[in-house]
Amino acid sequence: MLAFLVGFLGDFDKAEDAAQEAFAIAAERWPASGVPANPGAWLVTTARNRAIDRIRRERTLAGKIHLLPVPEATVDEFDDTVIKDERLELIFTCCHPALPLEGQVALTLRALGGLETAEIARAFLVSEETMKRRLSRAKAKIKATGIPFAVPGAHLLPDRLDAVLAVIYLIYNEGYSGRVDLAAEAIRLGRVLAALMPDEPEAHGLLALMMIHHARRRARFCGEDLVLLEDQDRSLWDHAQIAAGRAVLDRAVALGGRGAYVVQAAIASLQTAERIDWPQVAELYRRLAGLTGSPVVELNRAVALAQAGDPAAALGVVDRLDLDGYLYFHSTRGELLRRLGSGDGARAAYRRALALATSTPERRFLTRRLDQL
Amino acid sequence: MQYALIIYAEPGHVEALSDAEREAARAEFLALADDARIIDDVELQPAETATCVRVAGGRTLMTDGPFADTKEVLGGFALVEAANLDEAILAARIASARIGGTVEVRPVVQH
Repeated sequence: MLAFLVGFLGDFDKAEDAAQEAFAIAAERWPASGVPANPGAWLVTTARNRAIDRIRRERTLAGKIHLLPVPEATVDEFDDTVIKDERLELIFTCCHPALPLEGQVALTLRALGGLETAEIARAFLVSEETMKRRLSRAKAKIKATGIPFAVPGAHLLPDRLDAVLAVIYLIYNEGYSGRVDLAAEAIRLGRVLAALMPDEPEAHGLLALMMIHHARRRARFCGEDLVLLEDQDRSLWDHAQIAAGRAVLDRAVALGGRGAYVVQAAIASLQTAERIDWPQVAELYRRLAGLTGSPVVELNRAVALAQAGDPAAALGVVDRLDLDGYLYFHSTRGELLRRLGSGDGARAAYRRALALATSTPERRFLTRRLDQL
Repeated sequence: MQYALIIYAEPGHVEALSDAEREAARAEFLALADDARIIDDVELQPAETATCVRVAGGRTLMTDGPFADTKEVLGGFALVEAANLDEAILAARIASARIGGTVEVRPVVQH
């Protein structure tokens, strides 16, 4: 509803006011007159008509004579398909790279997720006042710079879709550390995007990735301690959601998807298999490293190579990486050196990792490893 | 809406192009100038020719060159008419590809 109103009015604030007014009228009338046959359409129509009235009033006050050349709408004009398309346009507006990233995230949650400003503020650990300012700055920039309410043309679409996917994945990862349930919100948004862009493999890839990861959330922590994948209690996994995520992944692959989200979803899927096919995981990490150029992905590839039974090749990959300030670089080296029988090298590497560790569970884990050497 | 495209060029980029590349860039630039949506555009002489003027305490202070010692310098600007930001960005893409720098896109205040 908000998406339609923003599209129609070209203004977030006016759309929000109109929506609120429509809800207020409904609350007043429906108890007496009964709920209309199509409540959604009734609300949209009422909000739209109220907004037109208000704009006309304001224009008259300002002494201008232009009236909006828009006929009064009837309820029948709005079916669900119209509103769906508006939602896609709204996603692209909220995730426009001309907006600061934190503004994109907040606006997406507010306008598409329907979260209250206070809820978003809580999720990102800032005051409601700060979040309110962040939202109004983003809305003001949309208005002042003429950010369109439209799905971008072919020239800009690939880059702009990447930006949308990045915002949704960022929301997912914020929710991963266990505060307000942003992860579930991100999955909802991912589902909307995949439904609105059914032929975009990366949209399905992202949705599959989030679903498969989310299915393991209850096994990820034991008290405060992070539980590694291989030690997780699989009975805590949501197997139905893993299966659903794999079905979404199949769709992405059938569409020819070979992008970064599809590959990550494929890795997540392999890692939830009864017996993990580590050579295949390593191969997928190799492809992902080719797509992202990320040394952290290379580090993961090394871990997969070691799990596949080749710690020497894994150490070769690790030693080429420039990740000296990264805890997991040193802990991975330590583990590989231990497996290769170099106790002294392993101890030195684990000590470097320990020096970089900040959280108590991490320190406890590394100290335990050192003691076992 | 009208947008200003403020073009920050990498000095030496155009000079480093081959003749054929430079010719293609020039043709593209001329085509851009012919585009009805470009209201006006201005290409500036190199940054070494710049003089900065500032009035402080009633005195006119002059210094040589642009203020900041940055990699990219103001190379020119264009005023374009576009339906929305995305249209203006398309024009900026052409300009950026041509000069190998950054193009700042800003809506113009309409009086």
